[in-house]
Amino acid sequence: MSAAAAPAGGATKHTVIAWLEDKPGVLNRVVGLFRRRNFNIESLTVGHSETPGISRLTFVVDGDERMVDQAVKQLYKLVNVTKVENITGKRAILREMALIRVKVDGQTRGEVMQIVDIYRARIVDVSMDSVVVQAVGATDQIESLIELLSNYPILEMVRTGAVAMTRGHVGRNGNGHRKRRTAL
Amino acid sequence: MKRTGAQIVWEAMLQEGVKVVFGMPGGAILPTYDALAQYPQIHHVLVRHEQGAAHMADGYARVSGDVGVCIVTSGPAATNLVTGLANAMMDSIPVVAITGQVPTSLLGNDAFQETDVTGVTQPVTKHNYLVTDIKDLAQVMKEAFYIARHGRPGPVLVDICKDVQNDSTDFVYPEEVNLPGYQPWYGLDEQAVEEAAAIINRSRKPLIIAGHGVQMGNAVEELRVFAEKAEIPVTTTLLGLGDIPETHPLALGMCGMHGEAHTNLAIQECDCLIAVGMRFDDRVTGKLDEFAPKAKIIHLELDPAEVGKNVPADVAIIGDCKDSLQALTQKIEPARHVEWLEEIASWREEGEERDILRAEVDELIPPYVMRQMWHVTQGNCIVVTDVGQHQMWEAQYFIHERPRQLLTSGGLGTMGFALPAAIGAQMAAPDAQVWAVVGDGGFQMTMQEMATVMQERLPIKIAIINNGFLGMVRQWQQIFYEKRYTGTPILNPDFVKLAEAYGMAGRRVTKKDEVVDALAEAKAHDGPFLLDFRVKEEVNVYPMVAPGAAVGDLIRRPKVVQGPSGVTPAW
Repeated sequence: MSAAAAPAGGATKHTVIAWLEDKPGVLNRVVGLFRRRNFNIESLTVGHSETPGISRLTFVVDGDERMVDQAVKQLYKLVNVTKVENITGKRAILREMALIRVKVDGQTRGEVMQIVDIYRARIVDVSMDSVVVQAVGATDQIESLIELLSNYPILEMVRTGAVAMTRGHVGRNGNGHRKRRTAL
Repeated sequence: MKRTGAQIVWEAMLQEGVKVVFGMPGGAILPTYDALAQYPQIHHVLVRHEQGAAHMADGYARVSGDVGVCIVTSGPAATNLVTGLANAMMDSIPVVAITGQVPTSLLGNDAFQETDVTGVTQPVTKHNYLVTDIKDLAQVMKEAFYIARHGRPGPVLVDICKDVQNDSTDFVYPEEVNLPGYQPWYGLDEQAVEEAAAIINRSRKPLIIAGHGVQMGNAVEELRVFAEKAEIPVTTTLLGLGDIPETHPLALGMCGMHGEAHTNLAIQECDCLIAVGMRFDDRVTGKLDEFAPKAKIIHLELDPAEVGKNVPADVAIIGDCKDSLQALTQKIEPARHVEWLEEIASWREEGEERDILRAEVDELIPPYVMRQMWHVTQGNCIVVTDVGQHQMWEAQYFIHERPRQLLTSGGLGTMGFALPAAIGAQMAAPDAQVWAVVGDGGFQMTMQEMATVMQERLPIKIAIINNGFLGMVRQWQQIFYEKRYTGTPILNPDFVKLAEAYGMAGRRVTKKDEVVDALAEAKAHDGPFLLDFRVKEEVNVYPMVAPGAAVGDLIRRPKVVQGPSGVTPAW
């Protein structure tokens, strides 16, 4: 289960989306705010949104309700932030990507490829002594894959941090709260 | 209409109603200073240090209720503003600061007097701008004043590259701002008003804590009507002094760390706490877990981020407190709380018995000076205090009756605030008598502005509460560090001679029986006057709530005791 689908009570990780004006220094304002308000940010990603001139930022904050409430309210006060939405507890899709370079030899390459296959990840680079795995998925699945691959071991890794989008309303066939299967 | 960037700066100020700016010229702002000569409607006050310019703009804003403006050059001048901006930010004061910046071609090159000013000031401003293109300048100026004034006010800095000041463009001052991310308007939540009224109507021991927001929101009258309708006693924060006349039967005085015992006991006993335009600063709440343990909390506040930040509210009414108070007054039932008021009065009486002014003290003690200042001026003045013991004694012993009468650095606690802020205050209210009350420590941080007082011929009265110590720090060392006075004894110049050197009249006061005469002389003197009160050295501010303690758990005034020569206090 992804962090966004976790029940609100007792959850320590909260996912928030903020829309920012795409101007110089705006990301700095946001990051500076997190630092000086002592918010514990686990991941933060930023990129274009559907609206030209507006960037979309997704961040995961580790803390209690009070902290995330403050993070949302303080973000709203930044003049260049146009909208903030706390999607914790809402039906949402959370995804991140990881590139993982794993040390392999002739014997272990096959095992790694099998694991990658099970996780529906891809091998995007192969050399004599390593492979690079590209994985896209919910945070816990990426973490589970990393844990398995770390046995080979992992030589290098980069993760993007989560991006998120709420799910649309389910049509006539659904009640909107159907338990969904977590899929990559 | 072609205008240079420099002219646009002043044109924008004219449009915004600016009459006075505080500043100091320098390389990167010279084009703008050169253009100032074309705008005689704007008076420029030359400061002696840029920190003073920011505090003056702050003091001007506090008294006038409008934006205060300061203007300085790049690099060291801009960094000197930082303390003043932080002070304005903490106390929600509308200030616009204009800084020159190196030309765009040199930006980022570590050019002479270059500092990343927007970077440096980001945490201490409500918003800031770096202008690198003249096409943006008019819009930025419009937005800067708009943001400084609207919603919860605060300082806005505009950093303008030197070449932008020299460039020219067609000037049209925008009529409106377009700030999609800045919409600080929250319609009144009728349901919250109903819920709050229900709690108030049920309560038997209601209490109001009124803060700075009441004055900032011009809601003093609304507060009085509200409090009187349901007979709710009112305590205030430090910056809330003046929200209600302290002579009003429902006024309790200041609460918090150095509040009178009855105010803090009332907080701990009340069953309904109505916080109006205040943000539950730690100096007000003491230990949060034990703050107002019996009370339902109703929070009237403009800034939603303040609700639940320190103290969770049972009901929050977001919005301008003028509107919120009016709406709430309509919904509450008239009530009387005789027993509750009597309970508070009994605590108050006990506190008053301990009052040091009840003792026959021959020595020159600061509370006496503060009370006499109120008597001599008949309260008919603006008082600007610095930070430390004298600030608390002024809060306790001067009797505040009007909003915008007391100016002090509440949130940041900036020593050196008083003199420059008093200059700003006097510029905003030329006919008012302005008293700067300072300690001997803080005064020396910005006392060079005496030269500004003289250059502007301002009749400011300066009262130095001179005890030869950084007094409040010494008090903490006495109480929490076993009297190890590290770094607190302070060697002072002869302040009267110093005043003389600036061309200012002055008088030293060493005896209690000279106080009234000296205050009267200063008051009557045509021009600025400095009083150096050589007060008793080791006097403490009481009552006191130790940092981190519950507000009800206070260190009381030592009891006034009967001695051989009459009643004397135990120091």
